[in-house]
Amino acid sequence: MIPPSFDYHAPKTVGEALGLLGSLGSDAKLLAGGHSLLPMMKLRFAQPAHLIDLNRIPELRGICEDGNDVVIGAMTSENELIASPVLRAKVPLLAEAPKLIADPQVRNRGTIGGDIAHGDPGNDHPAISLALDATLHIEGRGGRRSVKADDFYLGLYTTALAEDEILTAIRVPAFAQGTGWAYEKLKRKTGDWATAGAAVVLRLNGGVVSHVRIALTNVAPTALRAHAAEKALLGQAITPATLQAAADAAMAVCDPAADLRGNEEYKTAMAGQMVKRAIQAAAARCA
Amino acid sequence: MNAPDKDALDRMAALQGMGDARLRKEDARFIQGKGNYVDDIKLPGMLHMDIVRSPVAHARIKKIDKSEALKVPGVIAVLTADDLKPLKLHWMPTLAGDVAAVLADEKVHFQMQEVAVVIAEDRYAAADGVEAVQVEYEELPVVLDPHEALKPDAPVLREDLAGKTTGAHGPREHHNHIFTWDAGDKAATDAAFAQAPVTVKENIFYPRVHPCPLETCGCVASFDPVRGELTTHITSQAPHVVRTVVSLLSGIPESKVRIISPDIGGGFGNKVGIYPGYVCAIVSSIVLGRPVKWVEDRIENISSTAFARDYHMEGELAATPDGRILALRTHVVADHGAFDACADPTKFPAGLFHICSGSYDIPAAYAQVKGVYTNKAPGGVAYRCSFRVTEAVYLIERMVDVLAQKLGMDKAEIRAKNFVRKEQFPYKSAFGFEYDSGDYHTALTKVLDAVDYKALRAEQAARRADPNATHLMGIGLVTFTEVVGAGPSKMCDILGVGMFDSCEIRIHPTGSAIARMGTITQGQGHQTTYAQIIATELGIPSEVIQVEEGDTSTAPYGLGTYGSRSTPVAGAAIALAARKIHAKARKIAAHLLEVGEADLDWEIDRFHVKGDPARHKTMKDIAWASYNNVPAGLEMGLEAVHYYDPPNFTYPFGIYLAVVDIDRATGETKVRRFYALDDCGTRINPMIIEGQIHGGLTEGFAVAMGQQMPFDAQGNLLGNTLMDYFLPTFVETPHWETDHTVTPSPHHPIGAKGVAESPHVGSIPTFTSAVVDAFAHVGVTQLTMPHSAFNVWKTLKATGLAL
Amino acid sequence: MAKKIVSMKVNGKAVEEAVEPRTLLIHFLREKLNLTGAHIGCETSHCGACTVDIDGASVKACTHLAVQCEGSQVLTVEGLANAGVLHAVQEGFYKEHGLQCGFCTPGMLMRAYRFLQENPNPTEAEIRAGMAGNLCRCTGYQNIVKAVQYAAAKLQQTAKEAA
Repeated sequence: MIPPSFDYHAPKTVGEALGLLGSLGSDAKLLAGGHSLLPMMKLRFAQPAHLIDLNRIPELRGICEDGNDVVIGAMTSENELIASPVLRAKVPLLAEAPKLIADPQVRNRGTIGGDIAHGDPGNDHPAISLALDATLHIEGRGGRRSVKADDFYLGLYTTALAEDEILTAIRVPAFAQGTGWAYEKLKRKTGDWATAGAAVVLRLNGGVVSHVRIALTNVAPTALRAHAAEKALLGQAITPATLQAAADAAMAVCDPAADLRGNEEYKTAMAGQMVKRAIQAAAARCA
Repeated sequence: MNAPDKDALDRMAALQGMGDARLRKEDARFIQGKGNYVDDIKLPGMLHMDIVRSPVAHARIKKIDKSEALKVPGVIAVLTADDLKPLKLHWMPTLAGDVAAVLADEKVHFQMQEVAVVIAEDRYAAADGVEAVQVEYEELPVVLDPHEALKPDAPVLREDLAGKTTGAHGPREHHNHIFTWDAGDKAATDAAFAQAPVTVKENIFYPRVHPCPLETCGCVASFDPVRGELTTHITSQAPHVVRTVVSLLSGIPESKVRIISPDIGGGFGNKVGIYPGYVCAIVSSIVLGRPVKWVEDRIENISSTAFARDYHMEGELAATPDGRILALRTHVVADHGAFDACADPTKFPAGLFHICSGSYDIPAAYAQVKGVYTNKAPGGVAYRCSFRVTEAVYLIERMVDVLAQKLGMDKAEIRAKNFVRKEQFPYKSAFGFEYDSGDYHTALTKVLDAVDYKALRAEQAARRADPNATHLMGIGLVTFTEVVGAGPSKMCDILGVGMFDSCEIRIHPTGSAIARMGTITQGQGHQTTYAQIIATELGIPSEVIQVEEGDTSTAPYGLGTYGSRSTPVAGAAIALAARKIHAKARKIAAHLLEVGEADLDWEIDRFHVKGDPARHKTMKDIAWASYNNVPAGLEMGLEAVHYYDPPNFTYPFGIYLAVVDIDRATGETKVRRFYALDDCGTRINPMIIEGQIHGGLTEGFAVAMGQQMPFDAQGNLLGNTLMDYFLPTFVETPHWETDHTVTPSPHHPIGAKGVAESPHVGSIPTFTSAVVDAFAHVGVTQLTMPHSAFNVWKTLKATGLAL
Repeated sequence: MAKKIVSMKVNGKAVEEAVEPRTLLIHFLREKLNLTGAHIGCETSHCGACTVDIDGASVKACTHLAVQCEGSQVLTVEGLANAGVLHAVQEGFYKEHGLQCGFCTPGMLMRAYRFLQENPNPTEAEIRAGMAGNLCRCTGYQNIVKAVQYAAAKLQQTAKEAA
């Protein structure tokens, strides 16, 4: 229940935060929403000597439009995503899916950046970012760089973010007219991590799928892009047969860890179910 | 309506007595954040204690190194079993006649067992100290299955019991065996089975779960070295028992021990036993001469405090081809964990499990329970079980369903056929319980009509016939009788103290009153309901009757609150104490009105001369007079105390029906409807009853649909945080429909039977009944809880019904 | 590690204390400020018994550091009533029997207080979703839903009268 001792820093700019990261090195951890890190520290699974609190850096907040993209500050909270009129209009998946994350109090503190940067396969935003073809903006002492979501999630608790870098923003293309979207998450109860989750963004043209991205939550060491499932749908109408083909292809790439939510067989089967539901729900939105 | 009637109604309403759904008196402090829970208590100089716990389930302790911990700033002391040995407190007696380690003595027996305690200036330093204590373990083979534990070559768990071939409950058959207990007539039952045209047998496992009240366990122990007095604030459902035990263990006379149960954030049977944390806090306070606070974390609570259930039951019914039950037979292997700390009355190591003949008139029955040690935390009786009644009702209700399925009979029809009939009460069961009253048929009809049972069965048939149905539909029905109100002292004692209860009432000169009882509320609303009993008995508004419980220095001795015993036992004491006052009041009224006692009638709140209502004295008038104008030979004052030894248990009953829809793709079960009819006899406050029913049904839902305590092969308890241990939120919790009938208990002074074990006892088999019923058409007769989506999906796969 | 001075307002009153950075807000409130209304029911941020209101948002005080409250306005259950007059949510819980043991109640009240400002006219489903971060073992939630509905109606009535 009691975290070990640490020193606390509350920088006001990204530059200040990077300076601290540089000088403190692996003794320091970034504090975003704190609802992954602080519980780990209370159980003493994580014992950083320094916490660098990102909550007082204004440049990490805010949601704005930049051309055809929406740029979301990494420290934007889940509730801010849900309440954003820009997201509701341009990237509604990001305004709706966070309602399935955690609970109302946690959503006031949990951030999109923290959810992405942690590398936790149980988190929801990684799969959502893959379905959105998001770009992650990163800043280090050497400067700024961008990484596509497709290239960001490398392994269990491992991302393309180096130890001395900060994720500053998430850039997402605004949905084209007629884009359907859905995030289906099977969970044991409200607030639980996904037993299996599927994020889908798709477009139909003349009754067949012209664009589709499918990504899976918590059925592998990282969020998974289900390429083969997408191929099974592209250029096809959505029928029971193509739905099942997509689900089967998604299940084929699953590699979940057995836990109290279910064994490998169940989680894989549920990934297939969530893919089917998400495709159907997304298609229904393709008005 | 003529004036006198309206006046009488107004006076009755003003009392807010029995039957009134009045709002609660205790709420003011809770809604303003001014409750007084153990962790709210701060005493000058108070220290904090935290516990070093074993990460392994079975091991020898090779070495404990305190040195680093003692260097942590703020740490004052570190205690191990070696420090408790000179005080002979490294082991302590349990409520079940066994001994349990206070701090592990050379060996640990379950994961998270207490190994050492750290006392520090504040809780942060204590936590740092715990991290710094270094313990070396030599792991031993682990025993987790009680059947495996009884094999000849099973590892020895209790080396401290080596050579002890007799335990507290009779002979021990094996080094991991605790007791074998039985009830009923074995010969008659075996004979009935041998001759029976129809028999069914089913293995029914009731998995281990944990009550998980929102407030964890803790205490603030404060020994005053100047006065030689020990005061301990403690999360206890039985403060007087704690006082007696603490006095015996510490040698401090009971007159110098004060135990206070303040506000308690839920008990549910988790706060009955005496935990090592309490003992160590008390010892530390005595040794250090300063108050010591210990409050456990949630993980500690789930991992080490009293679990519930873990009963492996084999059930059998013998019957006629048309569904008349002839006999019940059951053999149970009970996993008690590493120490037998089961909070049962002394003579009942399997509690009141022999209520398992249920609501049915079964001529012959036999039950046998074997208690076994394993490498798990101790406990067994907890979580609104009323002493294994949850297990008993689960067994019989499952078996009746199994029999119905075998005979192709409707599950309501078979129950009605076998019910004890109204005319048969008081009814003596084959196990010797004398059921006080009941009318099961009326209650069943009421429920079946309310839900339109026929239509539900028709809908289910149509759903089963539809190959495209995405959901299975199940209807669960449970018609339970439970036994609460422990209990008659000749049968029921805790450590030798009979399970009576008590009440003292004192009326003040200006007509308000104070009353104290030997029970202790943990949310049941005693400060309101007890006042309501007195209000009706004595004609004083409940609003001005102050109810206090929990301080052993002021409250009369009682056995505490668990197993729905407060209203049946303390409630009776309250009524009878009030009647003693009432009798004295009549004498005073007669004196004031200058008539004979027989010339007076009592009406609501006053005595009046027969035939002359204008000549009256209210209880308020009498209260004043009792302090200055009483008849010759009578003492001043207006008070009484009553210790009530109940003549029998009470037997509340209920009819619960659930409708569930199971998603064939995911295994998720939605509770479409849950209808709960309870009969607890006289109802003191319908609002409070309904609230407790909602809560008990929700806990039952949690047990049946998600709670589990799985152990891996090494004896690690998985899922011991609220991430995994299923406590449903607002979203998962179904909407509950409640109903009632009233069949008073003839032997209880106000006819009340007690309530709120019932929704837990009754709902859990109802959920199982519903889920199994969804699969009954493909031959499934039993499914082990929890009915999580994953578990149900496995059944869907196994039966070919998965989508 | 060196203590830090933190300044904030709690229930409208200025507070300035020296704390270890690791001091959780829940302990700061309960032990330093003696505001024992907010409770601790778990250590994994699930139960919500510690819920308070920080700068207009419901926050679990067990997963928030005291030092993070620098310059913040913190409202606890002790600050809900106004000059002895109970807040509508407090009245609702009393009138609709939305509590039994009382342990979850301060967290429920603080969440309901903020929820009804986020959503003044909620459906039952919205109440259940909006309060899903608070666990209760005694009530089964049904009467708490009614309590929140009571408070919503009362607050709307009060708003109408003020208009």
